Amino acid sequence: MSNLMNGAPNLMNGAKMLLECLAREGVDCFFGYPGGVTLPFYDALYDHAIKHVLVRHEENACFAASGYARATGKVGVCCATSGPGATNLVTGLVDSLMDSIPIVAITGQVSTKLIGSDAFQEADTFGITRSCTKHNYLVKNIAELPQIIHEAFYLASSGRPGPVLVDIPKDVFQAQGHYEPVDQIHLRGYRVTADGHTGQIRRAAQMIWEAERPMIYAGGGVIASGAEPELRELVERVDAPAVCTLMGLGGLPADHPNFISMPGMHGSYAANMGLTGCDLLIALGVRFDDRVTGRLAAFAPNARVIHVDIDPAEVSKNRQADIPIVGDAKRVLQKLNKLLAELEPTARNQSSAGKRAWWKQIREWKDEHPYDRAHSDDEIKPQHLMTEIDRLSGGEAIVATDVGQHQMWAAQLIRFHHSRLWINSGGLGAMGFGLPAAIGAQFARPDKLVFAIVGDGGFQMSIPELATLAAYQLPVKIVVMNNGYLGMVRQWQELFYNNRLSQVKLDCFPDVEKLAGAYGFRGSTVERPGELAGALEAAVREPGPYLLNVKVSPLENVYPMVPAGGAINEMVLGAAVPVAQ
Amino acid sequence: MKWFSGQPYRWPNNMLQVISVLLENKPGALMRVTGLLSARGYNIESLTVARTIDPDLSRMSIVVDVDDRLRAQVIKQMNKLVNVLQATDLTEAPAVCREMILLRVRAPMDKRSAIIKEAEIFGARVVDSSLDGFVIEATGDPEKLDEFLDVMQSYGNMEYTRSGSIAVSLEARKLRLQPPVPVAGVQAESAEEEMDGVLNG
Repeated sequence: MSNLMNGAPNLMNGAKMLLECLAREGVDCFFGYPGGVTLPFYDALYDHAIKHVLVRHEENACFAASGYARATGKVGVCCATSGPGATNLVTGLVDSLMDSIPIVAITGQVSTKLIGSDAFQEADTFGITRSCTKHNYLVKNIAELPQIIHEAFYLASSGRPGPVLVDIPKDVFQAQGHYEPVDQIHLRGYRVTADGHTGQIRRAAQMIWEAERPMIYAGGGVIASGAEPELRELVERVDAPAVCTLMGLGGLPADHPNFISMPGMHGSYAANMGLTGCDLLIALGVRFDDRVTGRLAAFAPNARVIHVDIDPAEVSKNRQADIPIVGDAKRVLQKLNKLLAELEPTARNQSSAGKRAWWKQIREWKDEHPYDRAHSDDEIKPQHLMTEIDRLSGGEAIVATDVGQHQMWAAQLIRFHHSRLWINSGGLGAMGFGLPAAIGAQFARPDKLVFAIVGDGGFQMSIPELATLAAYQLPVKIVVMNNGYLGMVRQWQELFYNNRLSQVKLDCFPDVEKLAGAYGFRGSTVERPGELAGALEAAVREPGPYLLNVKVSPLENVYPMVPAGGAINEMVLGAAVPVAQ
Repeated sequence: MKWFSGQPYRWPNNMLQVISVLLENKPGALMRVTGLLSARGYNIESLTVARTIDPDLSRMSIVVDVDDRLRAQVIKQMNKLVNVLQATDLTEAPAVCREMILLRVRAPMDKRSAIIKEAEIFGARVVDSSLDGFVIEATGDPEKLDEFLDVMQSYGNMEYTRSGSIAVSLEARKLRLQPPVPVAGVQAESAEEEMDGVLNG
C-alpha cells in the first residue's frame, strides 16, 4: 500500500488489484477453494496479509461467508473457481438472497477469448447466478475491475443487503494495469430509500397511540439495520407485546418482559394468538413470509397494519399495509420514537384501559400454553437438549443450526440476549448450513462460544468441514441432535401421510468418536438423560473442536404446529395419542 | 422461397398490458428484466428495445398478460434492478402505442393495383417490388394492423414480421437517479418521492 500513498502509477496484475480492493473494503478474512482459473489470484494471495480460510467444498465457503456476515453485519466474502466451483456456490447465494445477507462472491472464469467455447471448467456463471444474486458482474477488462469490486461491496451492504457475484476471467487476473483507488460509486439506477416518509411516520405514531391491542412484529430487517436499541425503545415506550420472527430472534432480548417469542408455523401459542387478536400490527423489517402468516386471509384479521421495510417491493406484497413506510428500520424507528414521545402526553391515556385488558389476555395465553419442555428419565428429549444448551449459553453463545426439527426446538427454547447470535438458513432452509456457518461465525467472533446444532441428516451434508475445523483448531461445538430420521419430513409423513415413513430413516450414522478421532479431535455419544449436562459441559470445556452426538427420542414432534394452509390461531398443540410405530 | 400461410395471429388486445422500462445499455440487463417475468411463469407477448438519446441507456417496451396485482409486484421488482432507471406501467396511463409490420405478399399482375390501393387505405407503403410481389411497410396501433393483415390475407399467401409494440407515455415522469456515493460509505436519499409511488400504487 505504501507506494499508493505517493500517487505514483501502480502497475500490478488483476489478481493483486482485487486483493488491494478487498483490503480497502476492510476484508480481514474470506473463505474459498482454489482451482485452475483462480491460480493467478491464489498466487497473489500467497504473500498478501488477508487471511484466506480453506474450506472443503465451495458451497460451504458461501455458507461460512454467510455465517461470518450474520455474526458481524459485515460483508462476507467467498471465492471459487470457474465451472463446478461457481455452480457449487449457487445454494449459498440463494440462501443469502432469501435472508438478505451481504455477501460478495468472487468466481474465476475461463479467459475472455475462451468464453462461449465450452472450454474446460467453463460455465455461464453470469447467467446461472443472475437470479441467485442481488446483482452480478462479468469483468471483461482489468480497467473496470476496481470499480466493479467496490460497487459489489456497496450493493451487497446497502439498502436491502444481499449477495453480489463478480465473475473474473483468468486473463483479467493476469493482465497488468495501473491501479488507481476508486473514490466514488455511481449507480444511477440503484435507489436506496432510507429515511422514511415523515408524514407517514406521523400517521403511524398517531395510530400506535390509538391502538388498544398493538402487536410488534419484528424481523431480520431490524437486525440488518442495527435497530435493536430503537426497537427496544419503541416496545417500552408503547408497552406493546413483541414477537421476533425466526430471522429476527435476538432483535429484542429474549428475557425482555414484552417479548413473546417467535410467531408462525412452530411459533408460540401466545405469539400466534396475539397476532390473530391484535388491532394494530407494527411490522418492522419483515416480509409476511408464509411460514409466519399461515393462511394469509386469516392473518391478523382485525388489525390495521403499519409496515416498515427498506424494500418497496416487500411493502404490501402479501398483506396490504394501511401505513406503508419505505425506509431503513433504524432511521424510521428513530423518527417514530421521537414523534411518539411528542404525542405521548396527550395520547397515552386514550387507550390505557383497553391495553391493560390486552396485556392480561397476552399473559393468559403465555401461561396457558408455554413451549413444550418435554423431559424423560429414559431417553433424551430434544427439548431437554435445547434447554441444556440454553443453560450453558445463558443467552450469550452463538448458535448456528441446520434446518428441520432441531432448528425449531432451538429457536423456541434457546434464548438470545443479543442479535447476531442466532444463525440459521431461514428463507431457503438449506440443510448442511449449520456447521460451515458456525465456522464462519467463529472466525468472525473468536471470543464467542459457538454451537453448531445440527440434525443427523444435515450433519452428513457438511461432514467435509470437519477437516476445516481440525485444520484451524476452531473450538466450534458440534451438537448432533440425532433422532435417526429426517425428523421434520418424518413428522409430516406421520401427521399428513398416514405415518407412511418413506425414505426418512437415516441408518448407518457413523461412530462419532472414531469420526472426530479420524480428524484428530474428540467426539462422543450420549444417550442417557442423566449424562447429557455433563457431556455438554465437557464439550464446552474442550479447548478445540468437539463433536457431540446426542441420541434423542426418535419420534418426538415439534409443537405447536400450524398445518400447511391453516390459520395461525388453529395450532396443533400436541399429539392427541402417542403414535406408535 | 416458402410462403407462410394460415391465419395471422391475433392478440387478445383487451387483456394485454404495456410496461415501459428505461435501463442501462449493458450486457445482461435485458435478461434481468425479462427474467423477472419468466421466473413467475409469464410469457412475453412482445418486446422491443433500442437506445435512447443517451447512448448508455435503452428504452424497452414489454407487452405482457399479467394480472394487475402481480404486474404491480413485477414492476416494483424491475425498479429494484440495479440496471433499471425506471419501470412504469402504461396499461392504464395515457400513452400512445404503435407497432410496425413488414409484410411480403404475392402480387400477380392483375392484383397489383388493388393491393397498392388497399395498402394506401391503411397508410402503408410499398417498400420493395418484384415480379413475385411486394414488401409493404405498415405502422399503426396493433389492432389496426390486425385488420390490415386480414385484408392482405385475402390476396393470398403472405409472410410478415411484426416489430412488437413500442409505447410512449403522454405524461412526463420525473426520473429519480441515485447520486454518486463515496466508496465504503453508504448514503441514502430522502424518502418522500418514493413513498408517493407506494401510496398511489
